[in-house]
Amino acid sequence: MPKIIINEKEIEFEKGMTVLQACELADVEIPRFCYHEKLSIAGNCRMCLVEMEKSSKPIASCAMPAAEGMNIKTNTEFVKKARKGIMEFLLANHPLDCPVCDQGGECDLQDQSLFYGFDKSRFSENKREVKDKYMGPLIKTQMTRCIHCTRCVRFAEEVAGVPEIGSVGRGENMEITTYLEQSMTSELSANVIDLCPVGALTSKPYAFEARPWELKKTESVDVMDAVGSNIRVDTYGWEVKRILPRLNNEINEEWISDKTRYACDGLLKQRLDAPYIKKNGKLIKSNWDEAVELVTKKIKSTNPEKIGAHIGDMTSIETIFALKTFLKNINCNNYDFREKNLYINPSDKENYIFNTSIQGIEESDLILLIGCNPRHEATIVNARIRKTFVKNKTPIFSVGNSGDLTYDYTLLGENINDLKNIFDEKSKISEKLKNSKKPLFIIGESALELKNAKYILDETKNFLIKNNFINDTWNALNILTQNASTVGAIDLGFYNTEDKNNFIFFDKLKNKDFKLLYLVGSDNLEVKKSDEFIIYQGSHGDKSAEIADVILPSPSYTEQDGLFENLEGRIQECRKASYPTNEAIEDWKIFNLINNSLNKSDLFNDFLSIRKLALKEIPNFSEIGLLPKKNKISNQESSVVISGEEIEIKLIDYYFSNSIARASKTMSDCRDVIHNNKKNGTNN
Amino acid sequence: MSLKKIHDHQPESFEFSKSNLELVNGILKKYPEGRKKSAVMPLLYMAQRQNENWIPLAAMKYIAKYLEIPYIKVYEVATFYTMYNLAPVGKYFVQVCTTSPCLIRGADKIVKICKEKISSEENTLSKNKLCSWLEVECLGACVNAPMMQINNDYYEDLDEKNTLEIINSLLQDRPIKPKSFRNRTSTAPEKDRPIINGGKNA
Repeated sequence: MPKIIINEKEIEFEKGMTVLQACELADVEIPRFCYHEKLSIAGNCRMCLVEMEKSSKPIASCAMPAAEGMNIKTNTEFVKKARKGIMEFLLANHPLDCPVCDQGGECDLQDQSLFYGFDKSRFSENKREVKDKYMGPLIKTQMTRCIHCTRCVRFAEEVAGVPEIGSVGRGENMEITTYLEQSMTSELSANVIDLCPVGALTSKPYAFEARPWELKKTESVDVMDAVGSNIRVDTYGWEVKRILPRLNNEINEEWISDKTRYACDGLLKQRLDAPYIKKNGKLIKSNWDEAVELVTKKIKSTNPEKIGAHIGDMTSIETIFALKTFLKNINCNNYDFREKNLYINPSDKENYIFNTSIQGIEESDLILLIGCNPRHEATIVNARIRKTFVKNKTPIFSVGNSGDLTYDYTLLGENINDLKNIFDEKSKISEKLKNSKKPLFIIGESALELKNAKYILDETKNFLIKNNFINDTWNALNILTQNASTVGAIDLGFYNTEDKNNFIFFDKLKNKDFKLLYLVGSDNLEVKKSDEFIIYQGSHGDKSAEIADVILPSPSYTEQDGLFENLEGRIQECRKASYPTNEAIEDWKIFNLINNSLNKSDLFNDFLSIRKLALKEIPNFSEIGLLPKKNKISNQESSVVISGEEIEIKLIDYYFSNSIARASKTMSDCRDVIHNNKKNGTNN
Repeated sequence: MSLKKIHDHQPESFEFSKSNLELVNGILKKYPEGRKKSAVMPLLYMAQRQNENWIPLAAMKYIAKYLEIPYIKVYEVATFYTMYNLAPVGKYFVQVCTTSPCLIRGADKIVKICKEKISSEENTLSKNKLCSWLEVECLGACVNAPMMQINNDYYEDLDEKNTLEIINSLLQDRPIKPKSFRNRTSTAPEKDRPIINGGKNA
C-alpha cells in the first residue's frame, strides 16, 4: 500500500483516498463544511486546507487525492492562519444569531469557529441579507445563515434523485433555492436538515422546541416500515421531541425517511390513556379491573374456535410471542398478522425475506422489480437501489408500472405473461440475465396479493435456482415486505395457512365466524363490525379503537422495549425512550393480567424470559443486529400460471400508512402538500 | 453588480426557430454522445439572440427538456453568467466597462451620462424603450479605455463629448458606426505619436 507522511508520521493508505481521508486514518482532525462521506466532493468551503510540502499554497485536503510520498502538515502556523482566514470569510456574512438559532449546540460552524476561528471580525461593512425560501412543511429556512457548502444541493441530486435544489447567482449574491418555491418531492427530503452544517435548514416541526443538551437520547430502531432504520430518539420528559438517524452502513447509511423522522408528533396525539369500555354505543373511560374482568368473562363464555386474534404492523417479537402463548393457553388457534390477502410461503426462511441484504444491492449487476414500488414501500431500500444505479449504472427493469422511482427503469410490461416470458427465457432481458452474475429479483407485496402469487413466488425461486442465482455466495430472491412486524410474525408462526388455502383467517373473518376478536395494535385490518365482541389493545385511538368494545391501552414503540425483525431477517432492538402514557401497561403485562384473571397464574415472570423464549423460536437466528444464517436451498414444486392477469401495483398512502402517522399533524401537512400539488398541476 | 432579477412578465412558451434548430443540432454534434448537457451555454446564447437579447424562463425549461437535464441546472447557469440577460433589454444594449483601467480613464463619467440620458437605474429601459444600459466588468479592451459595448460592437477611446453623441444617436434610432473615437486603427498608436522601432517588430 502507498504511504503518506502526516505530521511527520508515516501512514499507509488505500489507493483512491483523499488527503482528508488519509488524515482521518492518522487520527488527525480536519475541519470541514462541504465535505461529506456519502456525497460527492465539492471542495468549495476551503475549511479543510492543509500544508503540503513543495506547495507554496495550502491545498484543499478533501479534493486532493493522496499520493505516495506526500508530506502533509496540519498543525503549523501556516495552516492555522489559513483556517482563521477562511473562518473569517465564512463569518463575514453569517449572522450572530446563535441564541435564537435552532442549530445552536449542534452547529458545525459554531463548534469549528470556537476551535479554529478568530476572536473578532475585521469586516465592518453591512452583512448581506437573503430572503427565506419556502421548502415545504418539514424544512424551515433561514437563508441568511447559509454558507453555501452545497451539501443540500448534492444530496437532492445524488441521493434523493430529485434535482430540485440549486445555487443561483454568483459571488456575494449566491443563493440556495428550490426553483418553484415548493417542497422537495422526495421522501428523504428532511435529511438535508441533518446535512446542513449551519442553521440555514432546520426542522420546522421541531422549531424552538428544545436545545440538544436538554434531550435524553436513546438509540433505537424505526418501525414505520420493514427496513428497520437505525434511529436515535430524543426525548424531553415524556415527549418524544425528535427522531434522528444513526449511522448503519448495512441498513440506512446516514439517511432516514421523512415518515420515520416526523411521524413522532403522532405519539403525542390520539393516545389511549386509560381502559375504555363501550356502554350503549359509547366508549366510557374505565379502569383496569373492570376492563380485565369484562375481557375474562367474554373469553370464558366464548368457544375458543370462535376467538380470532390479529396483530398490527408495529408489534414487537416479544408481544407476538406473548400473545401466541396466551392464545395457546386458551386453546385458540385463529390468529394472523396479515392485513390483506398476502400470499406467504413460510416453509423456508428465504421465501419471505430480502435475502441479498440491503448492502448487497450495491453488488448486483441487474435489478428486476416484480410488482413493487420500493420508493413508498421501503424508502431506504429505494435510496440504495438508486445509489447502485448512479454508481454502477445497473440496469433496472420492472414488471408492473411503479411510477416515478427517482431513477430510470425499463418497463417490461404489466401482465403476468411478461413475467412468464422471463421464466421461459423469451423476454428481451433473457440475454442480459444470462450474462448477469449477480442479478436481483425483488418481489413486492402487490405481486403477492395477486391470484398468481404462488406462481410468482415458486417460479421465481425455481428460475433463480436453475440459473444458479441462488448459491452459497449470492441469493437473488428478495421479498419486499412492508411492515415492521411481518418477518417476525412469520418466523414465530403467527398465521393460519393450509396447503390449499393460504387465507383461512380471512375467510373466517369474512364469514363472521368469530364471536370475539382480539386486535393487538392492529389498525389496518378491515373489519366490518356486526355482533362480534372486539378487544383492542394498542396505543392510538385509530380505526380499530372506534369499533372496539373494550380498549386496553398499551405503549407505543418508543415507550417499551422490543425486538423487531426487518425485511432482511435482521433482528434489532427497539429501546424504551420514554414511559407509557397515564394508565397504559406494557403489552406482555396485559396478557399476564388477563391470564391471571382467567386461571390465577402468571404467563411470564419477566420480560427478558419472553425475549429468550421468542428468540429460540426464530429460525436461522444468529445474533442481534446481524443477518440470519443461511439455509440449505430447496426447490419449490412448479406452479401453474393463471394467464393474462394484470400486475397492478397498489398505491399506499405513504404519509398515512399507520396509526402513529395518521395521528401526526406533520404527516397530514405533507400529505396535503402532495395532494394540492396534484390538484393544481405545479409539480411538473 | 446586483443579483440578476427574473423579469415579472414572462412569455408562456418558447421554441427555437427552424433556422436556429439547425444551428443547435450543429452545436450538439460537437459533443460526444451522452455529453449533450455541455451544450447548455451555447443554447442559452442562441435563445437569447432569438428572443430580443434576453432569456425567458420558458426558454430555460425548453432547453432543459431539449438537453434532458434538470431545469434547475439550466437556471443555475443562466443566473451565474452576467452576459445572459434575464429581463428585456433595449434594442440598443449599452454595456459600460468600469473595471480599473477604464475607470482610471474616466468610465465613471460615461456611467453618469448613461444615468442622465438613458435611465437612472441599470437594466431599465429608456423612456422611448430603445435603450438600456449596464455596468460590466472588463471587456478586454483596456488599451482603448474607456470603452463601451453596444450590442455586438465596441465603441472605444471615449470621452464625455462623444459618449453623449453616441447615446443621443442611439436614442434617435440612428446609431453612429463603432470605431475608436481617437481615430486609432484597432490598438495601434495614434497617428501623430512616434512609433517604437520605426514600426518594426521588436
